[in-house]
Amino acid sequence: MTDILLIAFAITLLFMSIANRIYTYLNILIVQGFILFGTTLLTLTEIKTANLILILLETIVFKALAVPMFIKYIIKRNGITREAEPYLPNFISLIIVTAIIVITIILSSAVEDTHLDKTFFVVALSNLFTGLYLIVSRKKIITHVIGYIVIENGVFILALAVGNEMPMLVNLGIMLDIFASVLILGVFFNKIGDVLKDPDVNLLRNLKD
Amino acid sequence: MPGIFLIEAIVISILLYYNRITAVNYLLVILFLVSLWAFSFYEYFHLNTIQLEYFKPDALGILLLLAMCIVSIPAFFHGYRYIVTHDETPHSRGLFFSAMVLLIMACSMAYLSNHIAVTWIFVEITTLSASMLIYHHRNIRALEGVWKYVFVCAISITFIYIGILFLSLSMKESGVEYMTFDSIMENYDKLNLFWLKLAFLFIFTGFTAKIGLVPMYTAGIDAKDKAPAPAGALFSSVLMNMGFVGLYRVYAIISLTEIQHWASLIMIISAVLSIFVATVYMTHIKNIKRMFAYSSIEHMGLVILGLAVGGIGVYAAILHVILHTFVKPSLFFQFSQIYRVYQSKSIYDVGHYFKYNKAGALVILLAFISATAMPPSGLFISEFLIFQSLFESRNYFVLIFVLILLTMIIWGFGSNIFKLLFTPPLTINEDNIPRIRPRESYTQFALLALAIYLAYNPPAMFVQLIQEATTLIH
Repeated sequence: MTDILLIAFAITLLFMSIANRIYTYLNILIVQGFILFGTTLLTLTEIKTANLILILLETIVFKALAVPMFIKYIIKRNGITREAEPYLPNFISLIIVTAIIVITIILSSAVEDTHLDKTFFVVALSNLFTGLYLIVSRKKIITHVIGYIVIENGVFILALAVGNEMPMLVNLGIMLDIFASVLILGVFFNKIGDVLKDPDVNLLRNLKD
Repeated sequence: MPGIFLIEAIVISILLYYNRITAVNYLLVILFLVSLWAFSFYEYFHLNTIQLEYFKPDALGILLLLAMCIVSIPAFFHGYRYIVTHDETPHSRGLFFSAMVLLIMACSMAYLSNHIAVTWIFVEITTLSASMLIYHHRNIRALEGVWKYVFVCAISITFIYIGILFLSLSMKESGVEYMTFDSIMENYDKLNLFWLKLAFLFIFTGFTAKIGLVPMYTAGIDAKDKAPAPAGALFSSVLMNMGFVGLYRVYAIISLTEIQHWASLIMIISAVLSIFVATVYMTHIKNIKRMFAYSSIEHMGLVILGLAVGGIGVYAAILHVILHTFVKPSLFFQFSQIYRVYQSKSIYDVGHYFKYNKAGALVILLAFISATAMPPSGLFISEFLIFQSLFESRNYFVLIFVLILLTMIIWGFGSNIFKLLFTPPLTINEDNIPRIRPRESYTQFALLALAIYLAYNPPAMFVQLIQEATTLIH
């Protein structure tokens, strides 16, 4: 069952690579949040109940609801257009993300470790690289933020793989999520909306040598 | 004691943020400085004792903590001068000092942390406080700087976190449960090397954002450019040192294992690329503040080169870090005065600085000699030792390449500095130039003199601490 969820998670990445509208990205983030909820429930069987509840709450409340809704609010407030505005055609994006997944599978076959479920490793790494790809291939700042959240989701999966032995690390991951999201989204995106009427990354290109 | 200091610093930081009364503001800052010094001396007299389970003041941490104590006094003094000359509101003044206190507190805790996750938490806090300082002026350029800094640092702390996860995977087989540096080092022979390699790659890449190396150095440059100069001085000294500490402790684990050569190769590549990038920009750059920032990139490249090569290089690396902590802030502190005279950061608008501010021009000249490691600069000793270690380890090509790059840096740095000091400016309205008192430059002279003193006549306790710190690396 965990494997099915993780594979579904990887498929959302492919879907994300061809999405045209920002709202589609947000819906995919919501789906990812729910999949993370399910995976957490199935994987972390050996940790304390209170801790498990905290982690589950984080996935469902923070990842699946709060962050996507907050981004939606920012989009409305700042009047950001719905297009994701990729630099590359969707078809090429699809091929690149597929290649990322295939390469991580090949990479994971080099790992000889009986302690780790390789599916976690593959899905986490493909999330990481897809997130980085989304950041460099999209024009708007808001899509960069979405790319960063995809990276965070990938990291969370990796944390789940070691979660039973070291629950402290999963809690640290939650801290990272909340800290980085609040810092990036909360404080500065509001400011960007105030100072810039059009939150386009092209306007933030003056600092250079 | 770390707990008391932590709580006290947070309370002072909150009070500074809400306080609007000038006298209370200064009182709180002085109180923080006193407690920082008291804390540092307490830790110095309790060397190598575990405190609060996660903190252990070892020789390296103490050295950097004491260096930070010394730098923080002029940093607050110039911060105060900066606020006064810019007619800031009580609100922005409170925010500025509150963020400085938070930054210094987070750095000092990260120096002493003996647990990689705790270090990581304080790295996060420095990102928060640094971004408050960068956004001080609240204009679009500052916004761009802070946005880039926050985004790159968010990715960098995610990378460090991934590295910690891989480190935990590498410990899984050995049955080591505590992720303290001490317990990992005791059980180094049981670590899984494949995961350890991945962990090192991610942790190293993550820390490059703070230490200022290729690939993630970019954020730091914008930060130092847009933040007020006293904050820039802290970024290019204590904040970079924090990245150095994190990297040093992880490399200390790696140096016990078989993958040391592989790891040092990665560090050498990153270090040489950093010096190369610094050279490319410093020979073309026209923004004085960014030039100072790139100079820091060059110095950190040299430090990591010394650390990676080993031998006498490790000693030289630590010495270089500490001397750099005194030299680079003096340049940044002086920059505030340059800006007050010319109202510009561009090299095209400045000139004849000796005519307008004699003491300040002298600081710039001495700091230039110090930063380019020309004798009698203290950095000359440490750079010489780094070159010696490169020679002894037979990295002749690296040595020659780095020497050529450093020569080009001296040329680029020097042509800009001499333009500032001696060439007449194209257009300048001499009526508007404020008179700057020589006493605003005293702290810079003191810092530069300290760097020379520590290099040429080091106290026995200083040498002993560095030697103890080098024993971590095998």
